[in-house]
Amino acid sequence: MKSNRWMGFGLTALTYLVAILVFFPILWMVLTSFKTEGDAFAFPPQLFFSPTLANWQIALLDSNFTSHLANTLIVTLISTLIALGLGIPAAYALAYYPTRRSDFTLSWLISTRMLPPVGIIVPLFVIFRDLGMRDTHLSLIIIYTAMNLPLVIWMMRSFFLDVPQEIMEAGRIDGTGLWQEFRHIAVPLVRPGLFATALLCMIFAWNEFFFAFSLTVTDAAPLSVYISSFKTAEGLFWAKMSAGATAAVLPVVIAGWFAQKQLVQGLTMGAVK
Amino acid sequence: MTTTYSVTAPVPKKRARPFENLFSRQSLPLPAIIFMIVVTQIPLILTLRYSLERWNLLRPERRAFIWFNNYINILENRDFWTIILNTLVLTLSVVVLSLILGMLLALLLNREFPGRNIVRTMLITPFLIMPTVSAVLWKNVLFNPAFGLLAAIYAMLGLPRPDLLADAPMASVITVIVWQWTPFMMLILLAGLQSLDAEQMEASQIDGAGRVTQFRYIVLPHLQRYIEIAVLMETLFILSVFGEIFVTTTGGPGIQTTNLSFGIYQEAFQRWNIGEASAMGIYAIILANIVVLLFVRVLRRGRHEGVTA
Repeated sequence: MKSNRWMGFGLTALTYLVAILVFFPILWMVLTSFKTEGDAFAFPPQLFFSPTLANWQIALLDSNFTSHLANTLIVTLISTLIALGLGIPAAYALAYYPTRRSDFTLSWLISTRMLPPVGIIVPLFVIFRDLGMRDTHLSLIIIYTAMNLPLVIWMMRSFFLDVPQEIMEAGRIDGTGLWQEFRHIAVPLVRPGLFATALLCMIFAWNEFFFAFSLTVTDAAPLSVYISSFKTAEGLFWAKMSAGATAAVLPVVIAGWFAQKQLVQGLTMGAVK
Repeated sequence: MTTTYSVTAPVPKKRARPFENLFSRQSLPLPAIIFMIVVTQIPLILTLRYSLERWNLLRPERRAFIWFNNYINILENRDFWTIILNTLVLTLSVVVLSLILGMLLALLLNREFPGRNIVRTMLITPFLIMPTVSAVLWKNVLFNPAFGLLAAIYAMLGLPRPDLLADAPMASVITVIVWQWTPFMMLILLAGLQSLDAEQMEASQIDGAGRVTQFRYIVLPHLQRYIEIAVLMETLFILSVFGEIFVTTTGGPGIQTTNLSFGIYQEAFQRWNIGEASAMGIYAIILANIVVLLFVRVLRRGRHEGVTA
């Protein structure tokens, strides 16, 4: 019994150690964002220092940062809204009113999500160029909507299926129309799931890089593209870079912490709950 | 590409319904389906078409239909095979390493201990961070040969400071991506572990099964479905990895860390060779399909042996 207990302590200590090790690069980034540029370069690296908010001020007031942040926000929010608007009614119908084609539709939707982005990037580039839509928000909004739509449909369908049928039946007896049934019975019942799905869509759109980098230049370039330009910074402005990078990931990290439970479901298209 | 992977869910019983509702209810998915066809399937057909053309945007006047010449040219190019090999090495290493590490982390987290939620939150954070931020972070803060943390550790141990991204580029890129993707494996496997039947575990313990035996004969078979899904999804994502490579090594030195995605990007947007880039895109789709088919195969065999539920 006693040895078991010691082993328990040992395992817990090991878990803490591993967690700190894995988290350390992120912690270091956050710490660096509060250092002066001089401290950021100190060798050996310093764990203790007198913190400053100067970098955050510079990074957040930098018009480069704010304009790219605005691009990310516009593209993320609008694409998520459209994906939900198109996806929820589809999920609702696929859950409650399936037809012979429903199974095919659902697996086809998965296949579009598994399609390698490089398989369609060239025509998308050509089409957007010909339509004069290169480097516009609209091009990214369209792509991110398509990227998240299968996810919305699969997740929302599984949430709809989780609602006990009796509750839905009770609502239907009152002779409500389709819209009322959808709006006042079905959607309120899956609200927590809806919230989690929206968070996941935002995480994916916020972090996306390949399409953004291929289809935008400066005007519509989101934060992920802006941050990638730091690759050649060669450590000249580590503290400012860290402040900008921390600010860029903060909203999504917090969203992800809240949606931890649904993260698994979303990542596996609802196959694992 | 089509796959019927895990498309099973309980379907509510059909009931008689007024005819006039039939049209509106069943046409609800139509806008979403049409949107997806326009944005994904039409470009797919265009990729096929472009792949049969000689078309460089720098010399648009030479555009011509050349049948399968692009496909043949690519196969005859030795660099293409290096790129394919890089893609396979990268994907396989990342998936195997993150599976092993993710399994260990999931097992560590599948116990009651104080601060468990905080620890789990810390461990999933690398996955939530924007890939370009992760890459910039590792490149500058950890790998930098002059001021990086790893260089500092080497120096403290009295070793010469290494330039890891130059000396071991592929291993460095793999390290960054494993760091990002281990939480993915951990989360899914943890969900699997937590759905284990506690009574069954207790019963086996009473029967005198050791931890290793338990893991081998109860836990692992139970986790099989979770492992399969996690590995399949991660493989498809890692096959398309782009940002991490662009930021850390730009595919170099030479083409040592160029994978298929990065190679296609260069062909399309640096050499502006629309035709060959499209043909390479088709090869990428074929590769992804092979992966899915292999999985479905393995899965079916597993089912026949009755390993999975």
